[in-house]
Amino acid sequence: MKMTITERILADHAGLESVKPGQLVNCKVDIALANDITAPISIKEFRRIGAKKVFDKERVVFVADHFAPNKDIESAMQVKMVRDFSAEFGITNFYDAGTMGVEHTLLPEKGLVGPGDLVIGADSHTCTYGALGAFASGVGSTDLAAAMITGEAWYRVPETMLFNLKGKPRKWVGGKDVILYIIGKIGVDGALYKAMEYTGDMIGHLTQDDRFTICNMAIEAGAKNGIFTADAVTKEYVNGRFKREAKYYASDPGANYSEKFDINADDIELMVAFPHLPSNTRGISKVGEVKIDQVVIGSCTNGRYSDLKVTAEILRGKKVAKGVRLIVIPATPLIYKQAMNAGLFDVFMDANAVVSTPTCGPCLGGHMGILAEGEKALSTTNRNFVGRMGHRKSEIYLAGPAVAAATAIAGKICSPEDVL
Amino acid sequence: MSDKILRGKAHIFGDNIDTDAIIPARYMVTSDPAELAKHVMEDADPDFAKNAKKGDVIVAKKNFGCGSSREHAPVAIKAAGISCVIAKSYARIFYRNCFNMGLAIFESADAPDKIRPGDEITVDMNTGEITNVTKNEKYMAAPIPPFMQQLIEAGGLMASVQKKMGLVSPSGK
Ligand code: SF4
Repeated sequence: MKMTITERILADHAGLESVKPGQLVNCKVDIALANDITAPISIKEFRRIGAKKVFDKERVVFVADHFAPNKDIESAMQVKMVRDFSAEFGITNFYDAGTMGVEHTLLPEKGLVGPGDLVIGADSHTCTYGALGAFASGVGSTDLAAAMITGEAWYRVPETMLFNLKGKPRKWVGGKDVILYIIGKIGVDGALYKAMEYTGDMIGHLTQDDRFTICNMAIEAGAKNGIFTADAVTKEYVNGRFKREAKYYASDPGANYSEKFDINADDIELMVAFPHLPSNTRGISKVGEVKIDQVVIGSCTNGRYSDLKVTAEILRGKKVAKGVRLIVIPATPLIYKQAMNAGLFDVFMDANAVVSTPTCGPCLGGHMGILAEGEKALSTTNRNFVGRMGHRKSEIYLAGPAVAAATAIAGKICSPEDVL
Repeated sequence: MSDKILRGKAHIFGDNIDTDAIIPARYMVTSDPAELAKHVMEDADPDFAKNAKKGDVIVAKKNFGCGSSREHAPVAIKAAGISCVIAKSYARIFYRNCFNMGLAIFESADAPDKIRPGDEITVDMNTGEITNVTKNEKYMAAPIPPFMQQLIEAGGLMASVQKKMGLVSPSGK
């Protein structure tokens, strides 16, 4: 039977010859992930039913990234629970302040997830790893608790939507613009319960980081997973990094898709999502005059080294506009060090930006940059829901790092061309 | 499945009610249900927690529960005494979580357009029949998929894991 890459990975992990959309399958998981918000609930469930061990000490991964370094006593208690559990059950991959980074940037970087994997994570942006040719999808803490104990999870095999990405993206246009453009087209429930698979010649122009960003926001279209087929770029990223043996899957020619879309690079400008939905997108030429109080560059969507490099390229020798706060958050310690050694921190600090230690921080309105009533932020994160970054009467605009850096300089949403 | 009839007043919401609206992340330094219940739906309707009475029903349009994977969302709704949610469609992680948390949810194409704020609603858990007592109307909810029904009958996901792995709760529960 002809299958898509998503169906192939699910079938293999379920020990089945083939699967088809709508079928319920029980799969072996390669990695089970949780963070400082979701792991405590999983741990409580684990203890409540009397579990004695996790299915594999090296395959359960905990990352304390959301409210960490601990922002208050309650969050300190949550992280302590995860820390104590990790010590008691010998969890090798517990990342605490110092080694901790934003989980979906950290796991690929550390080589904990790779091509062909089936990853379950108690975090909705677990779908990020699809960029490596893996099946990765978010669940709640109870599903994760079950996976931690059994090493298995059930899934409904999703229908797959195929996105044919065509052409070469314009200057400054990156993964964020591509995915915002797509979500603007199909809506926040446009891919509900489905897989979003990418193909086409544009992929050759997309870096591995661009692909992470694109898969990261699959959930913002309601999808179960986003997925790319690993190519030479992915292999280069994975080699010497991925700790287990990579398994390269691809869709069969003639596999069945529920819908097909052509996405042309020529149509994709730098994109901005207006409040309060990621689908509320406009090209930069149609944004108009929007004054901004705060710019955030970071998160599992756009907190990678390449994002910081673009930021520095635009910011070099310039200052953040008066009255605007620019907060730059490298997503992991390694990215932090790379940026520091490359002199990017000098650029940021000379421009009067704040450079933060790795954390989710303001992305979810946790800490390190909360918005006051009536304030507007432009952020490279992935969600602009009401109240996501602070006061329920604040507003969030989403964009990639190029627009973010330019906006910080101008004090209003604009393109790099307007400030360079 | 239980033969329960749920009954309560309707609270109406729109499309794409996200998990940040259901329970803002700023309250997620705790997973205590009673504490979460105080802030349920706060960013969609700041007075909701004050006005909601035990048994009340949340009625919403499409893609209810989109966004984060936080189980705090169904937990907060349940802890606030809401008997069930009726919506046109649900985001997938939220949908899964509801079954794991034991929050009853129903999918109905027409009920969300017809029910008005404050209408008295009953829902038959067995048949999915929704009755609008105030307007004397009936609507149907989609049947709960057999696999999900089995999960509920087994006492939820963790109960089935416990049985499968031969585990015993420390407290003997
Ligand atoms: S950076 Fe934001 S979206 Fe990513 S894991 Fe952290 S809170 Fe979630």
